[in-house]
Amino acid sequence: MSVIEFEDVRHRMPNGVVALDSVSLKVGRGEVVAVVGGNGAGKTTLLKHMNGLLKPSSGRVTVFGKETKEESIARLSRRVGLVFQNSDHQIFSESAKEEVMFGLKNFGIPPGEAEEKAGRALEYYGLADLAARPPLTLSGGEKKRLCIAAVMAWEPDVLVLDEPTVGQDYPSRSRLFGVVQGLASSNRTVVIVSHDLEFLWPLSPRTVVMSKGRVVADGPAREVFMRTEMLRDAGLREPQLLQLSRRFGREEPFTAVDQAAAWLTERGRAN
Amino acid sequence: MGKIVEFLDYTFEYSGMERPAVEGVSFSVEEGEVAVLAGASGSGKSTILRSINGLIPHMYPGRRSGKVTVDGADVSSTPTYELARKVGFLFQNPENQIFMFTVEKDVAFGLENLGYEPEVIRRKVDWALGLLGISDLAKRSPSELSDGQKQRVALAGSLVMDPKILVLDEPTSLLDPRTAQDVVSLVSRLNKDLGLTVVLVEHRLELVSPMADRMVVLSGSRVWAEGSPAEVLGREGLHEVGLSPPAIVEVQKRLPSGDGLALDVDGFVRRFLADVGHRV
Repeated sequence: MSVIEFEDVRHRMPNGVVALDSVSLKVGRGEVVAVVGGNGAGKTTLLKHMNGLLKPSSGRVTVFGKETKEESIARLSRRVGLVFQNSDHQIFSESAKEEVMFGLKNFGIPPGEAEEKAGRALEYYGLADLAARPPLTLSGGEKKRLCIAAVMAWEPDVLVLDEPTVGQDYPSRSRLFGVVQGLASSNRTVVIVSHDLEFLWPLSPRTVVMSKGRVVADGPAREVFMRTEMLRDAGLREPQLLQLSRRFGREEPFTAVDQAAAWLTERGRAN
Repeated sequence: MGKIVEFLDYTFEYSGMERPAVEGVSFSVEEGEVAVLAGASGSGKSTILRSINGLIPHMYPGRRSGKVTVDGADVSSTPTYELARKVGFLFQNPENQIFMFTVEKDVAFGLENLGYEPEVIRRKVDWALGLLGISDLAKRSPSELSDGQKQRVALAGSLVMDPKILVLDEPTSLLDPRTAQDVVSLVSRLNKDLGLTVVLVEHRLELVSPMADRMVVLSGSRVWAEGSPAEVLGREGLHEVGLSPPAIVEVQKRLPSGDGLALDVDGFVRRFLADVGHRV
């Protein structure tokens, strides 16, 4: 069954710009889907349709079989948790713990249970020691994890991340990578909107490419990323490991640094 | 040539904070260089940039010791309007520095404030728009432009002031990879054609390390490394100081040692094949 389904969706902004055009897309339960594309391709507009923040001008978006036009944003958000690109737009509580408690209380979860869930989420995302800290004093990476923890605390069925790696340093990127990997292996449904192909490539998820409001490619990363021209037209660049694979005429591309290094070492010896 | 930016045992602590944002920092940038400032979030990069254009100490109060010199002038005793002529600044988000109703008015803003003749202003604005390939946008409203175009408008607004140094704070982090590459190539061209010294903060090292002459890495408020990008990225412990080195650098570090480090895929492949061929 699909968890989220777009059927021939068109979205016209108030200024007349068509941000989504003829978009059809199904996200299945337990799938990890990357939505990639250049600035202005319609990625964020697409994502805002997933929890009803935006409604289609024509066509249908259904979430767990219900059309978003007929559902409240609150009910949809309970099942589809959205983490925005800019953490500061999402954070407003006095402490990290209260930030996580906020959503839980809003969804009517009893205080005792909310407390327990919040504690677990903070622990899982490595924020337990920072529970009492005002969120605005946290680093960029800590804020990002706090936003994810706050959403994951109410256990939505789907997690949607908008450009999670923008401005994140190495420790934060690698933790984020671990978080996404963990969600993927525990069969959670995750949608990641990103133009960071270097980050996505080692995960090699199903990849949807958007350009000018349309879906121009949809398939396994290894197939989609091979279409160099299409990627370039969509404002993207091949990840370095893929460039390297191509230069050595590899049919099976390298997806990890160790794998590339081992092959090159072997090749160096053979000569 | 000579040192155009110089930090000498420089320490700055923002008022109300418990520890310095940068401590005992010494490094310099030669005239005409592209220098990349890297390091984890909170390592002091923004403080360094603000200390070059004089926002520190003139706008941010705090405790300061040591010295920062920009184009021969001691920043602490040079008024910001004078520094503004030497140092052009580009923020991460161009929205924060674009505020007029048309592109040409926005680009002219700084010059108008300095009281230049309208004719001079027009000439300079036309020159900058032409240089950045956005002459056709002159009459447009900045709000209708794409992110990459906005970044160019903000850059034009800096260039009309005829700065010697361009300081860029994560200029590409909001841009998609192709637009980011365009901005980086443009900055590289301005460096070569106009001889502008460039100091930039950037996380995407695969994008900027091939064009940089110097890399300064900050960690825990101090300088952790300084040198050419190949020297610095060749060091151990990059992850620990918050850096994500380009994948091609990571690959080379796992290979039996070679000479130096190639900073892009083409450079590496050329070197690898030459090396392998040499041994046959």
